[in-house]
Amino acid sequence: MNLNQSAPPVPPFGQPQPAYLGHHQSSYGGQPGSTTAPTSYGAYNGPVPGYQQTPPPGVSRAPPSSGAPPASTAQGPCGQTAYGQFGQGDVQNGPSSTVQMQRLPGYQPFGSAILAPVVSQPAVLQPYGPPPTSAQVTAQLAGMQISGAVAPASPPSGLGYGPPTSLASASGSFPNSGLYGSYPQGQAPPLGQPQGHPGAQPPQRSVPLQASSFTPPASGGPRMPSMTGPLLPGQSFGGPPVSQPNHVSSPAPQVLPAGTQMTGPPGPPPPPMHSSQQPGYQLQQNGSYGPTRGPQSNYGSPYPGAAAFGSQPGPPQPLPPKRLDPDAIPSPIQVIEDDRNNRGSEPFVTGVRGQVPPLVTTDFLVKDQGNASPRYIRCTSYNIPCTSDMAKQAQVPLAAVIKPLARLPPEEASPYVVDHGESGPLRCNRCKAYMCPFMQFVEGGRRFQCCFCSCINDVPPQYFQHLDHTGKRVDAYDRPELSLGSYEFLATVDYCKNNKFPSPPAFIFMIDVSYNAIRSGLVRLLCEELKSLLDFLPREGGAEESAVRVGFVTYNKVLHFYNVKSSLAQPQMMVVSDVGDMFVPLLDGFLVNVNESQAVITSLLDQIPEMFADTRETETVFAPVIQAGMEALKAAECAGKLFLFHTSLPIAEAPGKLKNRDDRKLINTDKEKTLFQPQTGAYQTLAKECVAQGCCVDLFLFPNQYVDVATLSVVPQLTGGSVYKYACFQVENDQERFLSDLRRDVQKVVGFDAVMRVRTSTGIRAVDFFGAFYMSNTTDVELAGLDGDKTVTVEFRHDDRLNEESGALLQCALLYTSCAGQRRLRIHNLALNCCTQLADLYRNCETDTLINYMAKFAYRGVLNSPVKTVRDTLITQCAQILACYRKNCASPSSAGQLILPECMKLLPVYLNCVLKSDVLQPGAEVTTDDRAYVRQLVTSMDVAETNVFFYPRLLPLTKSPIENTTEPPAVRASEERLSNGDIYLLENGLNLFLWVGASVQQGVVQSLFGVSSFSQITSGLSVLPVLDNLLSKKVRGLIDSLRAQRSRYMKLIVVKQEDKLETLFKHFLVEDKSLSGGASYVDFLCHMHKEIRQLLS
Amino acid sequence: MATYLEFIQQNEERDGVRFSWNVWPSSRLEATRMVVPLACILTPLKERPDLPPVQYEPVLCSRPTCKAILNPLCQVDYRAKLWACNFCFQRNQFPPAYAGISEVNQPAELMPQFSTVEYVIQRGAQSPLIFLYVVDTCLEEDDLQALRESLQMSLSLLPPDALVGLITFGRMVQVHELSCEGISKSYVFRGTKDLTAKQIQDMLGLTKPAVPVHPARPAQPQEHPSISSRFLQPIHKIDMNLTDLLGELQRDPWPVPQGKRPLRSTGVALSIAVGLLEHYEMLANRAAANGHCVDIYACALDQTGLLEMKCCTNLTGGHMVMGDSFNTSLFKQTFQRIFSKDFNGNFRMAFGATLEVKTSRELKVAGAIGPCVSLNVKGPCVSENELGVGGTSQWKICGLDPTSTLGIYFEVVNQHNAPIPQGGRGAIQFVTHYQHSSTQRRIRVTTIARNWADAQSQLKHIEAAFDQEAAAVLMARLGVFRAESEEGPDVLRWLDRQLIRLCQKFGQYTKEDPSSFRLSDSFSLYPQFMFHLRRSPFLQVFNNSPDESSYYRHHFARQDLTQSLIMIQPILYSYSFHGPPEPVLLDSSSILADRILLMDTFFQIVIYLGETIAQWQKAGYQDMPEYENFKHLLQAPLDDAQEILHARFPMPRYVSTEHGGSQARFLLSKVNPSQTHNNLYAWGQETGAPILTDDVSLQVFMDHLKKLAVSSAC
Repeated sequence: MNLNQSAPPVPPFGQPQPAYLGHHQSSYGGQPGSTTAPTSYGAYNGPVPGYQQTPPPGVSRAPPSSGAPPASTAQGPCGQTAYGQFGQGDVQNGPSSTVQMQRLPGYQPFGSAILAPVVSQPAVLQPYGPPPTSAQVTAQLAGMQISGAVAPASPPSGLGYGPPTSLASASGSFPNSGLYGSYPQGQAPPLGQPQGHPGAQPPQRSVPLQASSFTPPASGGPRMPSMTGPLLPGQSFGGPPVSQPNHVSSPAPQVLPAGTQMTGPPGPPPPPMHSSQQPGYQLQQNGSYGPTRGPQSNYGSPYPGAAAFGSQPGPPQPLPPKRLDPDAIPSPIQVIEDDRNNRGSEPFVTGVRGQVPPLVTTDFLVKDQGNASPRYIRCTSYNIPCTSDMAKQAQVPLAAVIKPLARLPPEEASPYVVDHGESGPLRCNRCKAYMCPFMQFVEGGRRFQCCFCSCINDVPPQYFQHLDHTGKRVDAYDRPELSLGSYEFLATVDYCKNNKFPSPPAFIFMIDVSYNAIRSGLVRLLCEELKSLLDFLPREGGAEESAVRVGFVTYNKVLHFYNVKSSLAQPQMMVVSDVGDMFVPLLDGFLVNVNESQAVITSLLDQIPEMFADTRETETVFAPVIQAGMEALKAAECAGKLFLFHTSLPIAEAPGKLKNRDDRKLINTDKEKTLFQPQTGAYQTLAKECVAQGCCVDLFLFPNQYVDVATLSVVPQLTGGSVYKYACFQVENDQERFLSDLRRDVQKVVGFDAVMRVRTSTGIRAVDFFGAFYMSNTTDVELAGLDGDKTVTVEFRHDDRLNEESGALLQCALLYTSCAGQRRLRIHNLALNCCTQLADLYRNCETDTLINYMAKFAYRGVLNSPVKTVRDTLITQCAQILACYRKNCASPSSAGQLILPECMKLLPVYLNCVLKSDVLQPGAEVTTDDRAYVRQLVTSMDVAETNVFFYPRLLPLTKSPIENTTEPPAVRASEERLSNGDIYLLENGLNLFLWVGASVQQGVVQSLFGVSSFSQITSGLSVLPVLDNLLSKKVRGLIDSLRAQRSRYMKLIVVKQEDKLETLFKHFLVEDKSLSGGASYVDFLCHMHKEIRQLLS
Repeated sequence: MATYLEFIQQNEERDGVRFSWNVWPSSRLEATRMVVPLACILTPLKERPDLPPVQYEPVLCSRPTCKAILNPLCQVDYRAKLWACNFCFQRNQFPPAYAGISEVNQPAELMPQFSTVEYVIQRGAQSPLIFLYVVDTCLEEDDLQALRESLQMSLSLLPPDALVGLITFGRMVQVHELSCEGISKSYVFRGTKDLTAKQIQDMLGLTKPAVPVHPARPAQPQEHPSISSRFLQPIHKIDMNLTDLLGELQRDPWPVPQGKRPLRSTGVALSIAVGLLEHYEMLANRAAANGHCVDIYACALDQTGLLEMKCCTNLTGGHMVMGDSFNTSLFKQTFQRIFSKDFNGNFRMAFGATLEVKTSRELKVAGAIGPCVSLNVKGPCVSENELGVGGTSQWKICGLDPTSTLGIYFEVVNQHNAPIPQGGRGAIQFVTHYQHSSTQRRIRVTTIARNWADAQSQLKHIEAAFDQEAAAVLMARLGVFRAESEEGPDVLRWLDRQLIRLCQKFGQYTKEDPSSFRLSDSFSLYPQFMFHLRRSPFLQVFNNSPDESSYYRHHFARQDLTQSLIMIQPILYSYSFHGPPEPVLLDSSSILADRILLMDTFFQIVIYLGETIAQWQKAGYQDMPEYENFKHLLQAPLDDAQEILHARFPMPRYVSTEHGGSQARFLLSKVNPSQTHNNLYAWGQETGAPILTDDVSLQVFMDHLKKLAVSSAC
């Protein structure tokens, strides 16, 4: 707010326009010769600004390039256009949001290409990049502050909300300096641009504006919204445009335009799509050719935004004076949609070094041409600073999120298995890196130079091959290890424990049969399920039956082992009461082949619920159970996995006995960290033993009260296992969720007894690791078990200079035992670029990955530091990153402007989500166990999971026509986006809500819930009735498909507007202020800007 | 007057007691000069078909330190209805039930012929018999199968209301729950961990958690009728379960490294068994001391560790059986024999016995040697000098049968200067409390008396009343007892010295003239017993594994006099065409070509065919009708051997061999090597078989003995 003050509101107003024009012009001029493009941008800027603050840089870069080689720019646009087209198409399908997104992607590529030149022409650039963003933000801020002064003006023009919202959305930059100016800018740009550039633009705006203004009241509103979703920013414009013109000072809009320019190209195709909706669009697009298209698309987006406004008007109207326009700030939805549209259609080919892959939210195919698929490895940046000084300056963490056993879509082949025979995989003699496509063969192929350590190695005779004229081996394409980024080696006996090939792994099911477990129906349910589930144990390739053996243990205060040898008529139970000194009472008959012992196992599973039906034992043990499983595997000399089904705090007298130490009073004190720390070191010791044995522990918790997840999850965490928690488990309500998780967990392919090592080329090295694993030294990640859902995040630091020419290489080698008992090495290689210019770094970052890293870093931090410190560290780092960009890469502009790198424009919103997550800022209803649970869950999440976890997906169900079978475009996670006449789905990978607006049409209620009115809908319902109508099928289908995308089953909760449960639901509307004190997106953005400004000054 | 032999025999028949001396030297000094201590062989539960138990309780002396039981030796004042204790001279009132007694209406315990009386105690709950099987599973499959069958067989022999339990062990110990439906349950314990009884009971869930008493709910009938019933069940209830369980017994599944023996947790298994039983007893409010009897059936070619485990059986009165395999008749029949029944249909076993010894003032009890353990009860009749397990007047015998026999050693404490009046008699009372196999509690009381004699003036009497058989066994027990803790040669030297001293004391000879040496009839066999004892496996550990030594000694310490003598000096019968079978000298000269020999060493029954007989047999003469007599000759020792086998417990090893056969060593090692390679041609007789040994022969032994006895040097 202060910022606002600093900037004289009035002057900006007055000036804005001129500034705009000037800016626009200049920028345009600066950019490509194509004036049209710029104009279009301008238009874009209006709407997009917030989002596209990043674009500015891109733009700026673009300009130079364009400036220097106009042709190139032209080309660029063309390429982009392609994207843009897609994007537009998407946009049309979905709401407008996609359009904006598209631009971004387009930008980056361009930007990178052009960057160098851009730098040289800062002045010009600035207008593009910074201005828009700043303008937008400032606009917002201004709106806020202005409210006093400006308010009067705006209200009239923009229906009250109009001005503020539009401003906000438009301005990426903060109001401080040119609050007013920004305002005008955001709005003005559109106007100006349209005018200046293509005539098309104006029309668009006008249309949207009208639409927006009209729509709110009109029934048409709903349709608009769908459009608007993406357009939101535009909407703001729409509103403001009128008033803004005056204010608009500025370049801000231009910046946006730049972004749009990129996307511009795509524009053309989409238009047709749009056509159906609004002829105006098409026209515009047409009007603006190559370049213009981009802008148009932007326009398009803004407009839709306007539409959105229409829908929102209700709430916004009252607020306008006080708030920045959320539409004006970067929208995750928009970014996601854009990327989807731009990059979803063509395979991502990994051949080129340092490419930034599509976002995790985008559906794309990968073609492995020498680098590992992003499904295996994603990096925070694909362009690494050459020196550690640079890296320190930027503060951008250099990290890779590695998912070595990631599942691939059926279209992509799983890694080839290479057998190098008895001598084992070919490796560098010095650094032990494995043969990979980056190794350089020299001396006619008789030797090779290691790409990691430069050591020259002899090529063994049996591996010799001639080189072709390019120095490449003739057989390069016949050998996966010479042509692909990911492949596997068959390991020789040297790679096995005790120099013995491993036996097939075993699964041991360890079931709590204490009173709670019996009463809740868990035991009966579980036993029933296991009977059929055991037929689906993981098997390798086309194996007839699974090699995995199974064993069973039940326990309360003592353990019961079962002998299920196939020769027995009845299973035998063996009770071990000596929990203080656990051992395995039997060997033969404990771990059995499922098929052979089918009858005995079935008999056992039938009897277990009966045997304990009358139990009155409430106490349980825990550590001895794990110990027992581990000892059993040890005795059987195999690796394996324990499936523990546990209900209560283990208070029985035994090792690992726990106290109830839940104390909410510790929150926000220096002792809060103890809530995340295990109570006793016993579990770490136990985990270490488990790891040594290759014993992975999966824990299913069914607590009715505090169970100390922080302690209980230590072993699963350190052994690469998973924890599932079903609080207050009741069969009727939770059975589907539990069974679904269980099925998935049991069936999933998993590797055992694994060691992962990440090798890097000289200059950087892996220094820190996050995830579910154990490390006994500083380099080897030991994983008792590793499945396709588990991710290891690795942080790198410089230890020397990197070379731009040779880039940086990563090689992740995972030695593991497959579920059939085969010892293998999986290798993933990834080549990254190196840069000497910070701009390159900022242009090749991936915010989702960055957030993944930062969240894990922070979540680990809470173990040792007060939560507040952790939060502050995050904010500071984020501010430093952005400030560094602002200082070194963005074109000079008023300090009041917030300028975000295109690739990182979502960093603030996402970071805010991390900061207000349950772990870092718990609400009153969040239990200590919940926090510990989430904390450890996040530790092994991949990028896609963290993405949706921190920023939930909110899907309007009733906005698009029922016939439309594609997933509806998401809307931003804010209450303002909810219309009480609609129904929404919200999911974050763990939770799934169906929110029903209070004034949803009866017909909809009827067809979805089978009841006649809103009031008859059961709140908290977890299953939708199966009804034979399109809507019901569609919604249920959508729910199913959402569940299928996630590694854990999301239980549905139906929430009615104004209902008690809504509080819970609102917790996930992460752009809003949270009850626990978490900042709203807008507020946080302001705060971030303040931080940045402080750093800059 | 009957001869001493008859007297001894009669006493043994009636009381199961044989004394080394039947007339007692009247002073301490003289007694020590007798060399062989005053002691007796006692078979507490000797079978007495003619002795129906009386259905009332014994009358005790009212002196707290005495509590002797009314017996025929007590003086009774029928008029005053008083009786005087013959041990402490306390005068006691008869209890009201005896109001009607008179000279002509005496209770049994006052009649002279009832020096042994058995009372049945009616008080107290009768607890059922408990049989807890502790089974090793580290066996070969066929062995295990045989064991399974034997166990199942034994189940069928148990009384239906007996409680049974099952513990199996290999590397781990499993306590099986017997009452469960469907899935069979067992509690498993780590074989390497020693747990206290309390821990074990906790882990078996036998200790009831301290449940706070609900004020609203008055004490309910026990919710778990009897917790221990999960493990110990009346056999009639769980017969099927147990049979199934045994049927599914698996071999211990733990891998055994090559060249190593499977890890067995016998000790822990036993410890757990004891814990389990202890618990049961607590529940049953039984006496504090545990009357568990441990039988060990060890069957393996391997060493099984009997040496280490011997005390389990030795101290609890359990059986120890050693065989090569469970799949042998030796084990099977022995095991079956355990469950044999007496004429009343009761098992020939008794449990939880305590033996109390009371003596008249001139005597004190110095100790006992047998399958018992001291109860550490001090009293006025306990001697300060210990012989065997001493320092107590009571011993616990956890398990005993009608043949279980103890050696009880006494010390004469009467001072030389306090002569006992002429005709004075010393008395000893043996009181054995035990649980009869019919579950009754019973008390058997034996009271004996012997005359005192002044050793200086009446040595002849004392000498004539010497029971050399009993003395040999008693001395042998002492020797074996010493051998447990002392070096073998020391024990032998001690035995030799005792023998020499005895000969010096009771032999008739001229000093320094060995040829003049003579022993009276009552001593004449004694040196020979000692000769064979020296060669016996009880004292010679060479050629025997520690387990075997333990096994032999175990049985030596519990068998009755006859069996003990057989063990010391095996019996040899000779079969020939010349007449009926005859006992022959245990001497190499008895090994003749045309004889069949049957040797019974208690542990082995050896049938040995002389050289000629063996040739005839090979030629198949026995199958020719015209040589049917030869067939009969061959058959005769077999029949006799069968007879012995039937009566013997444990089953002896049955060896059938012939001249030159490898197993002939069993015979050759036992016979007196009168002919060896050293003297083969020097000895007059050409018959017999030379034994290739450097052991001295009886003749040499006797020569030396005589020389030493007459020598004044020692």
